[in-house]
Amino acid sequence: MTTTPVAPSSTPSVAPDAAPPVPDFGPATHLTCRECGQTYGLGAAYACAECFGPLEVGYDHSAVTRELIESGPANMWRYSCLLPVAAYAGDERNLNPGLTRLVRADNLARALGMTGPLWVKDDSGNPTHSFKDRVVAVAQSAARRLGLGTIACASTGNLANAVAAAAARAGQDSVVVIPSNLEDGKVLTTAAYGGILLAVDGTYDDVNRLCSELIGDPLTADWGFVNVNLRPYYAEGSKTVGYEIAEQLGWRLPQQVVAPIASGSLLTKVDKAWRELSALGLVEGSPYRVFGAQATGCSPVAQAFRAGHDVVRPVRPDTIAKSLAIGNPADGPYALDVVRRTGGVIEDVSDAEVVEGIRLLAETEGVFAETAGGVVVATLRKLLATGALDPAAETVILNTGDGLKTLDAISSHVGPTATIAHDVDEVTAAIAAHHARTGA
Amino acid sequence: MSVSVRIPTILRTYTEGAAEVSVEPADATLSGVLDALEALAPGIRARVLDDSGALRRFVNVYVADEDVRFTDGLATPVAAGAQVSIIPAVAGG
Ligand SMILES: Cc1ncc(COP(=O)(O)O)c(C=O)c1O
Repeated sequence: MTTTPVAPSSTPSVAPDAAPPVPDFGPATHLTCRECGQTYGLGAAYACAECFGPLEVGYDHSAVTRELIESGPANMWRYSCLLPVAAYAGDERNLNPGLTRLVRADNLARALGMTGPLWVKDDSGNPTHSFKDRVVAVAQSAARRLGLGTIACASTGNLANAVAAAAARAGQDSVVVIPSNLEDGKVLTTAAYGGILLAVDGTYDDVNRLCSELIGDPLTADWGFVNVNLRPYYAEGSKTVGYEIAEQLGWRLPQQVVAPIASGSLLTKVDKAWRELSALGLVEGSPYRVFGAQATGCSPVAQAFRAGHDVVRPVRPDTIAKSLAIGNPADGPYALDVVRRTGGVIEDVSDAEVVEGIRLLAETEGVFAETAGGVVVATLRKLLATGALDPAAETVILNTGDGLKTLDAISSHVGPTATIAHDVDEVTAAIAAHHARTGA
Repeated sequence: MSVSVRIPTILRTYTEGAAEVSVEPADATLSGVLDALEALAPGIRARVLDDSGALRRFVNVYVADEDVRFTDGLATPVAAGAQVSIIPAVAGG
């Protein structure tokens, strides 16, 4: 691991043990500790050697224009000039995620009594059906630059799919570590892509700890754990969700956004993306409020928000929203900072509300979300009920994953209207019975 | 009594590269273990604790597999033969 401190300065040197030639990370110039400001060269480092704070990528952004971005490919690599990747990263074998649709959700808005425009950023359209393809694409590129041959991760499910598929496409080895109680829709799909898949008897937090302990073990010398030792790069991939929303709105920022929180990384990076676009003059720096969504059965960040704390006390998760079941969220404190700074709120919703949220989005917009999307829709409804969210302001909600992966969550709530013989009279009777039941 | 402590990569400069060290704390608590660790590897305690002597915001410490924020923090009892793990908190997600 490259953790050699260098003196803080605007042009830090690359770590002395980085192999020549100096890896090409595009506009990225160094890593900085978010807590104490110590700077480091670009390498497979993630925690500050001084204070354990998280390391974040620092940049020299010059000559970024709307035209440059608009002339790029129709995927997330159009934002390469804003990411810690070489200009040619998109040409290397990868899943080419991103540029997912931004769906105007007028029916959902009407159902919820909203008068302002409502949009769903639908990241279920990514190659492995969640936003995790974005973060993996950046981490995979970093692994290449750093000469790490195996990509690995600790996952709540979606990341497992994304890592195994990205490795398969690149002809790379992968090691995916998951809690053993995940949905079949995540376990079997990951296994189908090949690679090593380790199901651990424990929670995600146990898995995460195991992976942290594997760093530094000779076994993992050429492994890039996308969300451990490559985490600074990985996390930057989530910024592309924010860039796309702004570009798809016609280079504007919405007034409100509702994002799910597991580790809290996505939420903080959407905010970072919008601050960057404002600072670079690519959008007008209009004010926006960031809202966070959690399931009550794993709501450490929502609890800290309500209690007015700036640290997050870990919890033991128990919710159907398994993709968000991180009891000890690494970016929890920063998610709190973003939400408080922008005037938002963090709410949590019950598992029953999550199911209602999935169904409401599916029935009103034809978008079938996984449990994380159900958490977001249900939280939107709750925020409207409490008056925390303005129904007249332009709002974007994030659907980060696909309902086909979490069928277990709704299997006891929906099903065929009737099971009948292939007979016209039975069709007539079934439809009449349906209308009588629903009063329609 | 003897307690083993797992050292994260970023602190191994203090332990001459050792991933695990054994200490003999005078006081059978996490605080006592950190004191004994400091005697063995001077400077290491200040990496784990902040200026006010509290655990740093981004460090996770486990005593016998239990996150000490679920137990008594620095006052968490440490039994003979227990393993203490110090791990950066920023991973995951
Ligand atoms: C579908 C889905 N949405 C949201 C998240 C939350 O991401 P973060 O850890 O960046 O908060 C996850 C993370 O695992 C996820 O799988």
